[in-house]
Amino acid sequence: MADVTFTVDGKKLTAPAGTLLIDACRKAGIEIPAFCYYPGLSLQAACRMCVVRQEKVPKLQTACTTQVAEGQVFITESPEIAEARKGTIELLLGNHPLDCPVCDAGGECELQDMTFKYGAGESLYAEAKQHREEQQWSPAVFYDRPRCILCYRCTRMCGEGMDVWALGVQSRGVRSVITPNGGDRLDCEQCGMCIDVCPVGALTSGSYRYKTRPWEMKHVSTVCTHCADGCRVTLGVRQIDGDAVIIRSDNRDKGGINGDFLCAKGRFGFDFVESRERLSTPMVRNAAGKLEPATWAQALAAAASKLKEIRETRGGASIGVIGSNRTTNEENYLLQKFARTVLHTNNIDHARSTDYAAFARALAGHKDKTASLRDIAAAPAILLVGGNPTEEHPLLAWILRTNVRLNKARLYIANSQSIKLERQAKAVQGLPPNGYKDLTSILDRNDSDFAKAVMAEESLVVIFGSDFRGQGVEDLVAWGLKRGPNPDSVRFAIVGDHSNSRGAADMGLFPDLLPGYVPVTEPGAFAEYPGLPAAPGKTLPEMFAAAGKGDLGALLVVGANPVGKQGMDAAALKNTFVVVQDLFLTETAALADAVFPAASLYEKAGTVTSTYGDLQLVKKAADRAGVKPDFEILVRLAEEMGADVKALVPFGKGGVSADLGQSRGAQAGEADRHAVWLAAQGLEPRLSPLDPLAVLDEIERLVPGYTLDRINLLSGNDVRTELGAAQGRSASSSDGAGLIVPAHDSLFTSATLGRYSFALKDLERHQTQAVTESAAD
Amino acid sequence: MPRLVSHPDEVKIVTRRFGQGAANIDRYLELGGYQSAKKCLEQGPDWIINEMKASNLRGRGGAGFATGMKWSFVPKQSPKPKYVLVNGDESEPGTCKDHLIFLHDPHSVIEGTIIAGLAIGSKLGFIYLRGEYRYLLEIVEKAVADAYARGFLGKNIFGSETEFQIITQSGAGAYEVGEESALMESLEGKRGVPRIKPPFPAVVGLYGGPTIINNAETIATVPHVIAMGAESYAAVGTPRNGGTRLFGISGHVERPGVYELPMGYNLKKMIYDVAGGVRGGRKLKAVVPGGSSTPVLLPEEIENLGMDFDQVGKAGSMLGSGGVVVIDDQTCIVEFALRTISFYQHESCGWCIPCREGTDWLKKTFTRFHAGFGTASDIDNIQHIAQNILGRTFCPLGDAAAMPTLGFIKKFRKEFEDHLNGKPCPYARHEELAAV
Amino acid sequence: MSSETMSIFSPRLAARFDALVAKYPVKRSALVPMLLYAQDEIGYLSDAVIAEVAERIGITELDVRNVATYYSMLRFKPAGKYNIQVCTNISCMLRGGYDILDRFQKELGVGHKGITSDGVFSLEEVECIGACCWAPAIQVNYDFHDELKPELVPGILEGYRAKAGFPGDGSTSLGRKAEGKAPHA
Repeated sequence: MADVTFTVDGKKLTAPAGTLLIDACRKAGIEIPAFCYYPGLSLQAACRMCVVRQEKVPKLQTACTTQVAEGQVFITESPEIAEARKGTIELLLGNHPLDCPVCDAGGECELQDMTFKYGAGESLYAEAKQHREEQQWSPAVFYDRPRCILCYRCTRMCGEGMDVWALGVQSRGVRSVITPNGGDRLDCEQCGMCIDVCPVGALTSGSYRYKTRPWEMKHVSTVCTHCADGCRVTLGVRQIDGDAVIIRSDNRDKGGINGDFLCAKGRFGFDFVESRERLSTPMVRNAAGKLEPATWAQALAAAASKLKEIRETRGGASIGVIGSNRTTNEENYLLQKFARTVLHTNNIDHARSTDYAAFARALAGHKDKTASLRDIAAAPAILLVGGNPTEEHPLLAWILRTNVRLNKARLYIANSQSIKLERQAKAVQGLPPNGYKDLTSILDRNDSDFAKAVMAEESLVVIFGSDFRGQGVEDLVAWGLKRGPNPDSVRFAIVGDHSNSRGAADMGLFPDLLPGYVPVTEPGAFAEYPGLPAAPGKTLPEMFAAAGKGDLGALLVVGANPVGKQGMDAAALKNTFVVVQDLFLTETAALADAVFPAASLYEKAGTVTSTYGDLQLVKKAADRAGVKPDFEILVRLAEEMGADVKALVPFGKGGVSADLGQSRGAQAGEADRHAVWLAAQGLEPRLSPLDPLAVLDEIERLVPGYTLDRINLLSGNDVRTELGAAQGRSASSSDGAGLIVPAHDSLFTSATLGRYSFALKDLERHQTQAVTESAAD
Repeated sequence: MPRLVSHPDEVKIVTRRFGQGAANIDRYLELGGYQSAKKCLEQGPDWIINEMKASNLRGRGGAGFATGMKWSFVPKQSPKPKYVLVNGDESEPGTCKDHLIFLHDPHSVIEGTIIAGLAIGSKLGFIYLRGEYRYLLEIVEKAVADAYARGFLGKNIFGSETEFQIITQSGAGAYEVGEESALMESLEGKRGVPRIKPPFPAVVGLYGGPTIINNAETIATVPHVIAMGAESYAAVGTPRNGGTRLFGISGHVERPGVYELPMGYNLKKMIYDVAGGVRGGRKLKAVVPGGSSTPVLLPEEIENLGMDFDQVGKAGSMLGSGGVVVIDDQTCIVEFALRTISFYQHESCGWCIPCREGTDWLKKTFTRFHAGFGTASDIDNIQHIAQNILGRTFCPLGDAAAMPTLGFIKKFRKEFEDHLNGKPCPYARHEELAAV
Repeated sequence: MSSETMSIFSPRLAARFDALVAKYPVKRSALVPMLLYAQDEIGYLSDAVIAEVAERIGITELDVRNVATYYSMLRFKPAGKYNIQVCTNISCMLRGGYDILDRFQKELGVGHKGITSDGVFSLEEVECIGACCWAPAIQVNYDFHDELKPELVPGILEGYRAKAGFPGDGSTSLGRKAEGKAPHA
């Protein structure tokens, strides 16, 4: 649409013709109040708060339905308009309970803010307010009808946004009420988006209600620790008994790649942090064979001396290291560097959920062919192959739905099962369960409506997951790379499972690949690593096999549970010295000789990379006595082993005195401003070996594809990494295709972590009941 | 059976077949039925629309929009089917004219619908009756079936190549569905909540297709306009207000009933002459001239008031649906106002805040006030609430509640004050307090 | 769903519904009349009615309830065999609508939305029913009775009682225990 110029409050504004006045004004910094208007959702014109005066129009007009045209003149604030808005608030407050002092929304309530702005401090009514009892719809969602102002944000978010349609409006007039699909209970994805968009305290969260006041929390914007989509979450943190405790997780900061969105796991699944089963003290196996609490010094000494002894007596090749899908890039990088340069072993691996290595191999030398989530959000056409994003990648599903709904993107789905996103699809191609390999030939034959439609697309994002492995990934990518001359002819995204699965792969938690998928066998690779073993090491199953044969002297497991989750044989570790860093005494940790209580992703700083290659800053929100970030545990372990810590973590260069948060507690916001300034000045603030950003410097320097937009990153934005940066290399020594074990987490499960979330288990129980009940009908 | 009335001043155009068994299709044909539709089929859309424009026929639902103009807004070419929608959701208190049309002359509605369809190039019309009018729906359904049987409806109407179908539809109790976009929502199987305008129905209406929506009386008038010629029809009324109007006179008159009178007919004469004057020789206290949503008029305001859209508008009220409600001097105006606002509170769809909350607070305040528990500030508060509704709601229902309220306060403030001063009216129904 | 499969409606009504959904350009247009016709037969919109209507139209039960609860003629609890709807809106009120309502309350011993204990009658105060010029008026189910006077009330009740197969005992006041709420509740 062509731009038009119009006048608002005497200011000339320009916007494309047809832009909604409310949007045009907000973009120009003119705030127009509204309850029912919500960007991206259908228009209602119901709350009448956005009324403005348009020249030559007799009645006040709603800015949310007025499309701007050339030459229009508007006034958005005047005594007349203020009076109208005040009048509407007066009417609302007639029935709205003034229980603000005990309302969860108090302090972040749009009705409160509007009342503050426009007045309506006096009640004109003598009659009693309409009262109705509060209802609990699910463990996550409570509804308080008297507080509800019927803005219909929740019903639209649930229906249009989530495609769940679990909320309705029933009755009419002043008796109108929001009603869940189960009559008195809510049978849905429990995403809590309805709570998030509620402008007042009508919908409240089961996990947050009556816990605290919003202003008593510090709000820390970080990245969700559950799936690999990389949602930004805002953690509300409060000091309780010396700990910084997470009280709430929501989506206050809408600047993340997830925009408005957060799923049940992101919103409610943070309570594992406070689980009673959380480890808070190191443990060492005593002479009687029992794990008993120890001091950090004792445990570090016990682990370090044994690791050192085994390295020196049996060689690094007899030590294995298993890394994590949920630790930061810095920790993963440090872990493999520690393995390779301190333990002198290439026996390093992680639980692989998708074949990132094959993807990197296939894309080697082809830059700009991966799709970030923002690329997907703006793509005109998407081919989604396999998987079920609605369950396993809720943000991806949201982005796809939104792109189809608002931008009329065309979604094509090829799948061996029927998935919910078909409701948004333009065409669907069914495939037999093992038929994914045939997809490209189906498309090339171009004789079905599906194939014709896909092939006719000039620009296509291809999204796939663990249905493609090894050669399958390479074939799919090779097929795509042949598409047309358009630089955007194809982009790819590969989906893996956990919050930093991509980072684990990118940072080289592989026996045969260094960070950036550089083969360990490549001459001159990572030459500055002292004593880098030349030969590829053992994979995760190979390590357990070796252990079973008595060939693995020690195993260091960081944030992983191969015994509980990958089905590895516990008995194999009988004669292996096992060191585990974890949050919980998992099946694997229970076998360890030394256990270190680790911090969760919400208790540390660093970066993680989403499965789409979007790198984001993780900020420390919570603080818990007794635990340490894996980063610090590794540094202390290395130090205890007598390693050159400065070679491991290149800190302290330049001698600038600043400290970026990690060692100073949860002052993340403050640290950022320092970091932005220092980075902008080209200064090096790394003060101690415990600062993970010191390792980020090295990552950026050594890892192909991790050339980062530092300022943007430190400002809290997502920045992209480049998988095609590595030059074409021969296939790595081992094909990882057989090592992929997708987690297939549902909306309420999150591998080992999910087991310790009471909230998620409760939601799962609620939904299981809903399914059973409707089946019994 | 509703009583039919008659008066020499009546100009029987729309009602000319009333009481003559015209619900029977043969009788309707004997009385000249379906000739207008045939003529329109020959003359074509442009001619029809010109005739409608020339007739000065204005919408009988209440807003008084020029019918020919409305039809001309429908785009000639449309990728989506076009529809005709007949609004027989007659629900405005004081209004029962469509009731008689459906009862006595259902074919005139069918014929008018066909003509409207021909005018805009539609192949499908809907006749929507309020749910309470079940016996009338059955009469209309029978008439539609007969029209199909005679080939007046169907794939080839009157033996031509032109198709036109009619579907009858029942509501289920909702005044708000009388609003044209809410009517479309209801017809699409949804809550009767109005749509955002623009787009207007003539461009994006039922099922997204261009749609004209006309009141049943308007549609029933159309065949008569064609039959007598636009100019003759226009000549009956006043300038810009063509033809006659079915005035439903109810309340405290000797001879209540639906009378067809020329537009511009004097209101005082209508009450005292046509309807036989105020019942029992009592004095006139007030008149609601066009259904419950129109502001009340005082006896002195109706002396020279001609009942057409423009003159009543000038007098500070509206011609509305033509439902004239006559109030005698023994009536408590506070109770009358309470009953009026109770209706709008009951019928508010609840979509927008000012109407939903405003009508409820008005009802609550009026209830308490009428029961003798008013306070000095209530009168101003009622005015204040009504002002907060007026012009600020999503659809006209808010105004329909606010305008009469403001009228009652403005014109009967003294009576409200008397209530305050311990003089509750003799008719106060104190048990209402139990509900407060 | 076709009329042959399990339906809670009579075969005739089920067949009518089959025809109804086929009639419109969009199936859902059948919803409001279908609910009303279903209520006419079953007496009210039970959970089973809602479920079957949802299935016939192809929408969720929540959707059906959202719509059904909007319309004031639709109810979710049984009414009497004869539902007496007394208009008290302005035109009827001016001509004694409330006296008619009072008389029905007295005769039936129930108030607004009440049902007589034998289930024959229910009483409702309703908004304008479009009989303003023949006020005061009521509807019994769909039948209009206009130009009423309180003294005509017992006769009307007797007529329906006879139709229901429950001839009255001749006394004007049926004296049955009220189940409904207080008047004007």
